[in-house]
Amino acid sequence: MLGRGLRLLGRAIHDEPGMFTYGVLGSSLFALMTVASAYVVGAVVGRVAVPAFQAHRVATGGLTLGAAVIVAVAVLKVVGIFGRRLGAGRMQFNLEARYRRQVTRRYLDLPIAWHQRHATGELLSNANADIEAAWYPIAPFPFAVGTIVMLVAAVVSLFVVDWVLALVGVGLFPLLFGVNVLYSRAVSGRVTRAQQLRAEVSTVAHESFDGALVVKAMGREQAETLRFAGRAGELRDAMISVGRVRGLFDPVLDALPSLGTLAVLLVGALRLRSGAIDLGDVVSVSFLFTVLGFPVQAIGYLLAELPRSVVGWERVQRVLVASGDMVYGEVPQAERGPATLTFDRVSFGYGGGPLVLHDISFEVPAGRTVALVGPTGSGKSTVASLAARLVDPGSGTVSLDDRPLPELSAAALAGAVALVPQVPFVFDDSVRGNVTLDREGIDDAQVWQALRLAQADGFVAALPDSMATAVGERGTSLSGGQRQRLTLARALAGRPGLLILDDATSAVDPRVEAAILAALRGADAGASVLVVAYRRATIALADEVIYLERGRVVARGTHPELLETVPGYAALVRAYEQVAA
Amino acid sequence: MSGQAAGRLSALRRGLTLAPQFRRRLGGTVLLGVIGTIGKVVVPVAVQQGIDGGLEAPGGPDLGRVVLIVAVTLAILVITTLSGYAMNVRLYIASESALADIRTRTFRHIHDLSMLHQQSERRGSMVSRVTTDIDQISQFLQYSGVNLLLSAGQLVVTTIVMIVYSWQLTIVVYLAFAPMILATRWFQRRLSALYGGVRVAVGAMLAAIAESVVGASVIRAYGIRDRTARRLDATIEANRRAEYRAQRMAVLGSQFGELSAAVATAAAVVVGVVLGIGGHGITVGMLTAFLFLVVLFIQPVQTMTEVITQAQNAIAGWRRVLEIQDIEPDVADPGGDGVPLPDGPLDVDFRDVSFAYPGGPDVLSRVELRIPARRRVAVVGETGSGKTTLAKLLTRLMDPTRGEVLVGGRPLTDVRFDSLRQRVVMVPQDGFLFDATVADNARFGRPELTDEQVGAAFTDLGLADWLAGLPDGLATQVGERGEALSVGERQLVALARAYLADPDLLVLDEATSAVDPATEVRLQRTLDAVTRGRTTVAIAHRLSTAEGADEVIVVDAGRIVQRGPHATLLREPGSVYAKLYASWLEQTRADGVAASGG
Repeated sequence: MLGRGLRLLGRAIHDEPGMFTYGVLGSSLFALMTVASAYVVGAVVGRVAVPAFQAHRVATGGLTLGAAVIVAVAVLKVVGIFGRRLGAGRMQFNLEARYRRQVTRRYLDLPIAWHQRHATGELLSNANADIEAAWYPIAPFPFAVGTIVMLVAAVVSLFVVDWVLALVGVGLFPLLFGVNVLYSRAVSGRVTRAQQLRAEVSTVAHESFDGALVVKAMGREQAETLRFAGRAGELRDAMISVGRVRGLFDPVLDALPSLGTLAVLLVGALRLRSGAIDLGDVVSVSFLFTVLGFPVQAIGYLLAELPRSVVGWERVQRVLVASGDMVYGEVPQAERGPATLTFDRVSFGYGGGPLVLHDISFEVPAGRTVALVGPTGSGKSTVASLAARLVDPGSGTVSLDDRPLPELSAAALAGAVALVPQVPFVFDDSVRGNVTLDREGIDDAQVWQALRLAQADGFVAALPDSMATAVGERGTSLSGGQRQRLTLARALAGRPGLLILDDATSAVDPRVEAAILAALRGADAGASVLVVAYRRATIALADEVIYLERGRVVARGTHPELLETVPGYAALVRAYEQVAA
Repeated sequence: MSGQAAGRLSALRRGLTLAPQFRRRLGGTVLLGVIGTIGKVVVPVAVQQGIDGGLEAPGGPDLGRVVLIVAVTLAILVITTLSGYAMNVRLYIASESALADIRTRTFRHIHDLSMLHQQSERRGSMVSRVTTDIDQISQFLQYSGVNLLLSAGQLVVTTIVMIVYSWQLTIVVYLAFAPMILATRWFQRRLSALYGGVRVAVGAMLAAIAESVVGASVIRAYGIRDRTARRLDATIEANRRAEYRAQRMAVLGSQFGELSAAVATAAAVVVGVVLGIGGHGITVGMLTAFLFLVVLFIQPVQTMTEVITQAQNAIAGWRRVLEIQDIEPDVADPGGDGVPLPDGPLDVDFRDVSFAYPGGPDVLSRVELRIPARRRVAVVGETGSGKTTLAKLLTRLMDPTRGEVLVGGRPLTDVRFDSLRQRVVMVPQDGFLFDATVADNARFGRPELTDEQVGAAFTDLGLADWLAGLPDGLATQVGERGEALSVGERQLVALARAYLADPDLLVLDEATSAVDPATEVRLQRTLDAVTRGRTTVAIAHRLSTAEGADEVIVVDAGRIVQRGPHATLLREPGSVYAKLYASWLEQTRADGVAASGG
């Protein structure tokens, strides 16, 4: 763990050499001045105060000089502290920002299949809490490096003063260091566990608040509270167990320099008697131990944070090294207009699991509308995802205008295909921003046109700031049907060659849906449409129907044909009539 | 004291009242802390005694005396170190117990807040109320809080020892620190504003990251990776800059202490020497001890200024927790004062009920509605007509702004929640599932049910085939938010959940909107049997639900405009229901929009 922690610190130096140098230089200046301050005080006491007290008069020049040197050393110390703390702080903030950019960039580039395997809360914590934990030890890092400089300078200076007194330091410093190492060993496992539990507490809270309506509707608040309290209690116990170790470390580390001072008194008395040193030396050395006590703790804190830091870093690293990025081709967007979608013997399974689609082949000819119909779980949404290349097939080819989708550039693909998902996603932006998504060439008139087609112009016009109204995080200020219509407008505004509607009007009232469908049909057929549908009017609108069952194309043809010839299909779409009968 | 400082103090005080475990043990902890700080002051005293009585003893160093002094000091050090340890452990136990408790109570309180509130506040920030905000307080109490306590003690004990040695030098030291104490107040104010900026920046950054993760597929589908990356970078950079600014001010502010210490040391040397030769009873040992004491004085002063900076964060976190605690749940459980619902089937009575969101127009106006027990009604109407509001008022997820709702003849506001939630169950629009098995989700309302009972319920609902098709049947893990299942499948589980809860009043809110027609029909038939004998209110988009209901209630613009059996309502030409139904027919029966009217 220590080795991995040190390697991580090495990486930090590699990424931020400037700020690190800045911090270490400052810290070293601080260290040297701290040691110097002890000797200045000792010298003033030994050379100025003692003679003055004996002679009952003072050499004014010496006293003034002593006072001036004390202040001068302090000023240099402050300069050192500035360098150390600003360097360390900026190093930490820069590293956090750097890795946040890298991690969020990975989120944008990793395939949807990867996203589906990772919980949202986990990804959020990778980009926030884990990165913070990884770089938390950077704050005391330059300080700790400077402290080593300080210890070396202290030992050297001790030998200059008196080799016997120096032995006290030589005995004490390794002891200080050893206690620090022991502490970090003892605390690391406990800190890691607490960190883990902290994540679990957060997961429970996320889930429970997300499902608040269900919790409330079934009166399970108390049970949920108990579930949460269980995790919170474990976290409490883990933190207390960390506290038992840390609580011992702090006072022991405080006491060690005091022991040094006492040893100096004892040894100093012997050396003083033999005339090897004078009183000023004793004062200097004992003062030295007093001022050393605090900085030495920085090493302990640094070492103690390393395990948490390593755990955080390893989580971040999992995102950074994750592979499987979707590779896009070079082919730019062809001219606008309806596109032909072709599925050629496509099979697909999620994450190496069982196949959910088997050998699917069909075509959406340019300008035509094809409906995908099938029972719940038959694979319709997966077909929609493949058509928009959110995922790539396990085998077979999906092509647009005879070009396999992977050959298209990302921009070409996004421009040519628009998917409206079952569950609408609305950005924390204005209505206009949600429709245009800053795509080029969509002006306000086109936004209104798209809103009109999606039957969303009415409610948007009624909003306080019309199109400029901010809709809130995830569009919370809108109803489910309004969100669906807004995302539909977003798809239409891009004038795609292929429009994929994945049951995209499920939360819209039948009358509104009818109006949307009429508008789509009336609009000058700028797109081919692949529609996952349940409602019969939607299906009837299609030029062709593909009927899926358990991931296979069971039948295809026009709606009336399928009604005639395919009993399963007829049963599905006539279900309402049967119930009424 | 400035208003801001008073606010901070009162936040701290209120925070402490929320943490009785912490307060109860505070006295003993402080006592141990004071004993612990004596360990620091004892060293300068030993140095003074050692120098004056031992090293500088008349006739050369007195070794025996030095040994005695060192031995006594050592003994004191052992005691003070042990009490320092004891104090720390007490503090950890007390603070962690208190925080675990506050965490849990806040969690519960958030659940008690009405849906109204849960929609307007961001859910993610609710989570941070019970996670990072509390963590911040915990870190403060354990790192900074201990330091603050110890520092205060050290300051007091050091001052006392200094006065004993020389009151004149004590005054000199205090004068040297005066400018710093004045400057600190100014810095605190600036810092508080800057750290406020940091918190805002962090919030914006987290929101942007969350959006990029949750909206991953939309971002890909629309090729807006670069736009999203730019937005993310902007918030990350804004956060870094805010951190820079706050830290620069914090470093600047804390440097007064270091300089003050140097001035104090220099002044003490000069004044000490002058006083010493003037015969004011100052020895070399005392002067030396004083210089040590100045170090012991500056350490806590510096620690305290830094701790006060960190305290801003903790207090802000604390305040956010308190703010949540202060929000009264607008739907309150009458608890022990309340009554249970009467046994047997339940009827429903809306008396002159209106509802409006704060500052908004009426969503429902003056609704009068009686639904006899065991009647199954369907509520239909266009989007925004007030259907869902009706369901929320009926289950008391919200209270009406005017009038009252009675169930089983009892005003809902008088009914105890344990009784209400057991007898009145709603299946919400989005069948939210927990990251657990299908069985655990189905028996969410009644965890005591066995797998066999749950399995039997699925069979009753005609879902045995579907269940058998899942990889592990009842034991299938549904994933986070049920994402391993399709939207329709999630709703199947949600319906099973309502069925197992066995309520007397069942409220279905568009529960079947994403199930394919065949599955819906299957469910409808089973639900037909299930709802028989139960009062059922179904908020429906699909008029197939209305066709099967005993009675249809048509809502339009917040008012009930029609009610009666489906067949009767249809015979009212030009009515809202007739239009809705005609449109519905176009959607489901006729082969295309062009064939409307058929």
